Amino acid sequence: MNRMKDSVESAVDSDAIAVERTLAGDRDAYRVLVERHSRNLYRLAHRMTGNQHDAEEVVQEAFLRAYQKLGQFASRSNFGTWVYRIAANYAIDRVRQQRREEARKEKPARDDLYGTETDPVNLVTDGKPLPERLTLSAELREKIEDALGALTPAERTAFVMRHWEGCRIEEIAEVLKSNSGATKNTVFRAVQKLRRALEPLVSARAQARAMGTE
Amino acid sequence: MMRHPNEEELIAYREGETAQRESITTHVAGCEECRKELERIDAVLAALDALPVSDPGEDYERRVWQQIASRLAEKPGRWWDFSLAGRRAVKWLEPRRWAAVGAVGVLVIAAFVAGRLTKREAPVTNAAEAAQVRERVLIVAVGEHLGRSEMVLVELSNAEPRDPKQKQINIAAEQRRAENLLEENRLYRQTALQEGDAALASTLDELERVLLDVANGPEEVTPAQLETLRKRIEARGILFKVRVVSKELRERQKSAAKPPAQNDSAKKEGNKI
Repeated sequence: MNRMKDSVESAVDSDAIAVERTLAGDRDAYRVLVERHSRNLYRLAHRMTGNQHDAEEVVQEAFLRAYQKLGQFASRSNFGTWVYRIAANYAIDRVRQQRREEARKEKPARDDLYGTETDPVNLVTDGKPLPERLTLSAELREKIEDALGALTPAERTAFVMRHWEGCRIEEIAEVLKSNSGATKNTVFRAVQKLRRALEPLVSARAQARAMGTE
Repeated sequence: MMRHPNEEELIAYREGETAQRESITTHVAGCEECRKELERIDAVLAALDALPVSDPGEDYERRVWQQIASRLAEKPGRWWDFSLAGRRAVKWLEPRRWAAVGAVGVLVIAAFVAGRLTKREAPVTNAAEAAQVRERVLIVAVGEHLGRSEMVLVELSNAEPRDPKQKQINIAAEQRRAENLLEENRLYRQTALQEGDAALASTLDELERVLLDVANGPEEVTPAQLETLRKRIEARGILFKVRVVSKELRERQKSAAKPPAQNDSAKKEGNKI
């Protein structure tokens, strides 16, 4: 445990050094920061936006914004947390803007986003997936995407940051520019909505599995 | 807890955001209805957990940098910030920076003196003479720098835990040396560029990236992390390139040290520096 704490602290320290170097005009030091944190930001951005293209745009923009504001950051906190927050802020703004601009865009082809070979439902099977399983998994995937898409940007952000990224309520509240109580409610509301949307399918899948038809 | 917790309370419990954790745990343990309700919530969240994030590819980190590098301003943030300028000034007063600054200073002085000495007698060859002197100083200084860099990288490649039972390897010493070398490296690279030595500048640029990786990594690394670092060093072939350039520089140094063929007094004076 201490070792893990030490390694986290040393990563934070080395981030601080890289920030200092960047501020001193060393662009390659910023490269170290970009390469170290881009995958974490990508994961967050992908879950918030729901697709690879937008996620990559969010990551790039977050690093560009962080670079512009680096003088204001001045190692007061952890660079990773700071740039992560910038990405979350930008992602929620972008999703809100897209929602405003696009009344309803045609849904992207699901297989482009999540190839069938990476489908978790297929991964748990030993042999070739049954046709029913394929149908069900594609259906579930689509339902999940729809359910996430039906959340408000604030609910999606709160759910992603809390459930997938394990962020503290206070961190989420900062991104949502809200207080802790309201943020907790936003998380609960998101889970409730997802449950309403997904439970029928999830239960049917569980029943099918229990009966041996899946 | 006597009453059944409602959905919101169960979600809060599942998310670890409740003050009634113990009482809900006790209740759920003895209430099948609530246990099933909790299982249903769990099943939905588990299905969500399984939703994959599409893989952006192995070289994603590098790609992000390539995409943004050209869009970054020359200086980040508020370069006019007084406190920042103060911090930079203090950094430049650190003794370790003086070695590299000194070497480049020698270059400038050498070029100046060469210019002065050759000015009166051979004005036509002034520029060539000054360039030769600059090159010789650069060759010696960079040669030594590459030797020191090579040593750090070799030591790093051979690093092992002091005690085989230890799971972490401390590379703090190598890191500090890499950090010191970085400063020198940057100055030599810039000088090589100004001198038009693109090949040397390119090798120094690659070396700088490796030194940056080392200097900015954690002090304590696991054998796996060290292996990754070694692989990155190997992938760039930097040790090989450094050795080749070092050898080349030594040869250039030898040929530069040979007495000039021409009986030119200005050239002889220049060679003394």
